[in-house]
Amino acid sequence: MKPSPTISDRIAPAAVILSMMAALYMVFIAVPNDAFQGPVQRIFYVHLAMWLPTFAAFGIVGLTSTLFLWTRNRRWDHIATASAELGLLFCTLGLATGCIWAKPIWGTWWTWDPRLTLTLVLWMIYAAYLLLRNLATDPNQGSVMAAILGVSGVVNLYLVNRAVYWWRGIHPAVVVTKEGESGLTDPMMRLTLMVCLLAFFLLFVWLLRLRVRTAHLEDDVDELRSRVLAAGV
Amino acid sequence: MFALLWKDLVIELRTKETLASLFLLGTLLLLVLSFAFDPTHPMREQSAPGVLWVAIIFSGTSAINRSLLRERENDCLSGLLLAPIDRGTIFFAKTAVNLILLLTAELFLIPLFIFFFNLPFVSTVVRLAVVAPLATLGFAAIGTLFAAISLRTRAREIMLPLLMLPLATPLFLAAVEITRDLMSGANYAQVSHWFKLIVAFDVVFLVVGWLTFEYAVAE
Repeated sequence: MKPSPTISDRIAPAAVILSMMAALYMVFIAVPNDAFQGPVQRIFYVHLAMWLPTFAAFGIVGLTSTLFLWTRNRRWDHIATASAELGLLFCTLGLATGCIWAKPIWGTWWTWDPRLTLTLVLWMIYAAYLLLRNLATDPNQGSVMAAILGVSGVVNLYLVNRAVYWWRGIHPAVVVTKEGESGLTDPMMRLTLMVCLLAFFLLFVWLLRLRVRTAHLEDDVDELRSRVLAAGV
Repeated sequence: MFALLWKDLVIELRTKETLASLFLLGTLLLLVLSFAFDPTHPMREQSAPGVLWVAIIFSGTSAINRSLLRERENDCLSGLLLAPIDRGTIFFAKTAVNLILLLTAELFLIPLFIFFFNLPFVSTVVRLAVVAPLATLGFAAIGTLFAAISLRTRAREIMLPLLMLPLATPLFLAAVEITRDLMSGANYAQVSHWFKLIVAFDVVFLVVGWLTFEYAVAE
């Protein structure tokens, strides 16, 4: 049963490609240099665009994990896995682009600023989440256990957030530099940011769809395999 | 629930294996960490709380793992699940056992810690008297929940810390910060926000554990 491509299947890749091209053009050509940071600041548009998919993905994990524990519908589990994987991917890219930007601007790859610490803790939680799924002795059990972790992760988010902020105190210098320096006074800068946010968010939605579909197909294959084995062929 | 609690405590009293290994591992960690953080340094009160809590957390993690692993031998867990009691009750009983074991170990570890780091005895004990039980409660709750989960994975010894430690970040940060601040002379009012955080954490994971333990152990 090959699912016939729907209209959105045709539109999604085209929209991603077009918006990515637009984003590339805006970031490298259209947008003016930052007055203080020079060309380095252009990474900001890509860096910030990573966080929308990341937090959307982790939010989806929490929501679908709850729904899965409640209804036991495998559909929610597939969405949770897919968005955890993508969330981790975008989170990694966000951290990496952040480090690359931080080196010339702050003079260091990493600081223990609360926001960075929080992101690293999040990264660890969702890395463990994916590992748990792969190491579970029984895949069905793995889904349930991962869902418990997914729910705990979201419930705990506020506490982690408070803790790391109190631990480091608020570092106004870093936060203000981060937002103050970009300022985004130029309308072109604002437009570039919007295009980047849109491009990466579309990419996330498209990948999520593909990944969920793959998970459904994997389920179908597993079912067929067990049916064949049961028939003794 | 008290029957379950009693059963585990009797096993422990007869064998003393968890408690003995917990205490020895904790001592060993104190020793190893003393090499890393100079215990004769005048600023040792800054690093000492971290050393104490790392020792408690790491020895505690393996003790909690053991307490659930024991139920796996001879398939005791199935028997436990067949008993006509709420799964949430099993969670509370296991958490209580782990809490008692960890607190007993701390009763020995804390004097040793004071001894190694050459700290004032009475005032340090008084300062730790509130924070240690509160933080250990949250640690026992989250540890019990995730030990039940990691029981069903390959590589189960490594899974528990991997799953639990990132989620327990607020607990450990709060415990270390409270200990450090109190040891350098702050009063309780100055660290009350951290205490609220620990209590919130305890409540969250007691409730989450009570609600989800059922799914974690179900066949």
